[in-house]
Amino acid sequence: MHELSVCHALVTQLETLAKAQAANRILDVTLGIGPLSGIEPRLLEQAYPLAAAGTVAEHAQLTIQVSPVRVHCNSCGAESAATVNRLVCAQCGDWHTRLISGDELLLLHVELTRETECV
Amino acid sequence: MCDTCGCNLTKGNRHLLAPGGKLEKTSQGAQAITVLKNLLSENDIAAMHNRSHLDRQMVFTINLMSSPGAGKTALLEATIEALGERYRIAVIEGDLETENDAERIRARGVPAIQITTGTACHLDAHMIHDALHRLDLDAVDILFIENVGNLVCPASFDLGQHRNVTLLSVPEGDDKPAKYPVIFRAANLVGVTKTDLLPVLGDFNMDSAKQYVQALANAAPVIEISTRTEAGLQDWLDWVEKALIEYRACCERGESLRPAIQPDGARLHAAAP
Repeated sequence: MHELSVCHALVTQLETLAKAQAANRILDVTLGIGPLSGIEPRLLEQAYPLAAAGTVAEHAQLTIQVSPVRVHCNSCGAESAATVNRLVCAQCGDWHTRLISGDELLLLHVELTRETECV
Repeated sequence: MCDTCGCNLTKGNRHLLAPGGKLEKTSQGAQAITVLKNLLSENDIAAMHNRSHLDRQMVFTINLMSSPGAGKTALLEATIEALGERYRIAVIEGDLETENDAERIRARGVPAIQITTGTACHLDAHMIHDALHRLDLDAVDILFIENVGNLVCPASFDLGQHRNVTLLSVPEGDDKPAKYPVIFRAANLVGVTKTDLLPVLGDFNMDSAKQYVQALANAAPVIEISTRTEAGLQDWLDWVEKALIEYRACCERGESLRPAIQPDGARLHAAAP
């Protein structure tokens, strides 16, 4: 549900970018999303056309890169893969960890162009 | 953190931009820009603005989140009852429809602003900003934001609050933190409510609930509360007062308090405006 709000925020950012670059069409948008951001990539993909309709980003190709969940252990210093509801160290099992990847909600990359109309 | 010097490149995303990385290439004739900006940066800017509003008047603000019916309003009523004479309390209520909760709070003699979100499943920083302008912040010590009853969406939106509290009621089951990790990871305090039902619903294991919270690498205290029998209520009130004192000490040092979402994660991943 809140994926639509996120898409509206994304489209606003894309419009600002396009204006700054004097572009009138956005071709490609790449997002980086971690499972712990609380955003479901599949729902975001579905919401995107609704939010982008009628904007410079309308026909853009949306690519979502899902980042892995990884933690740094404050006890043993190891870095390891974790799951969303078990952020414990895979080396020593301690739960005193710090998330180093997996909660991103980033606009990573945009490709845009200025198309001139044929007369 | 900024978008220009590259300090928002992290271990988690740097590989994308490396030579041969997925983002290095450009389609023919198109211009490529690397942005690395938080998708919710507009909300986050509004949240920072709210936080500075609140800090100017030293209004300690708690964002109260839970599923619908976990007892957020009942806990607020009990809190107003207990602390209302010592502190000036105000409440912002978020619901899809109705003024019912705000009316319950106003009946206790406390100002309450109701935000009806229609179909929106969460409060965002802009809605809170509007509500703050309808409150006399000079006359408030503690502001509670009762978020929309939902264990999913509210977790993703910073409102400008200082502390997050997530409630879990006994009938929901002890494994809710494992099922909804985003919202329980964001909690500074987890309150297990309706503990008077523990003898009736024998399958809720308090130790398991606490372990599920710890497994999210969250050191937040888990306290047990029944607003009906008032068991554990004092633990909650003590936490609120302690957090308020901590907040005021921060304000006096010219600092602010940020809610629990792991500060390193927020700092690493969120690009500044």
